Amino acid sequence: MTVILCQTEFSPYAEMDAYQQSMGEAAGHYGATSVFVGTMRDLNLGDAVTQMTLEHYPGMTELRLGQIVAETQARWALIDVLVIHRVGEIKPNDAIVLVAAWAMHRGAAFEACRHIIEELKHTAPFWKKESIRDGERWVENNTEG
Amino acid sequence: MTIRVRYFASLREKMGRVEDTLVYEDIATVADVWRVVSTGQPLPDHLLCAINLEYAEPLATVRDGDEVAFFPPVTGGMG
Repeated sequence: MTVILCQTEFSPYAEMDAYQQSMGEAAGHYGATSVFVGTMRDLNLGDAVTQMTLEHYPGMTELRLGQIVAETQARWALIDVLVIHRVGEIKPNDAIVLVAAWAMHRGAAFEACRHIIEELKHTAPFWKKESIRDGERWVENNTEG
Repeated sequence: MTIRVRYFASLREKMGRVEDTLVYEDIATVADVWRVVSTGQPLPDHLLCAINLEYAEPLATVRDGDEVAFFPPVTGGMG
């Protein structure tokens, strides 16, 4: 399991590929990989969004993400999990979050990936502030998904 | 008893500061901490609380040296 908070732009696909290449003895054990990539939209609540700042609670955010992944690994048979989340200044089309779950079978991989992103959105201490034409505003609620 | 109190996101802006240090003897719970830093206001229902980096309920007990945090609902991820 690896959880990373990232201050700068990252390629979720390159990170996933590099992580999978470095798995070592787990290679060959997994038959299913489920991946979620969240990307910054340029539109929210009907307004054009030009930039976003992602604030977090250093220490608690990493701790909570680690707990979410550990709880997920206890519930589904997973071989490995990688979570990367951006913090700081973000532009439209930047990747914000990557969740990748490797398992023997697709059921565990799909369900674990979905569970991690939903738990992350509802319990990991991150807060988004959007820049729109009229200034800035805090995002108060999660979207339905 | 010394408690470090931290604020995040829109609450941090509303409070006008990132943290406080309380040196008080009559604090028992997270809700007591809020009453002190907000000069007597009840804890708003929507605010979330943490003690030492873990979520906590308003009536959870605080101890000397604890870090207590208050923040609005979280909005991470995307999609």
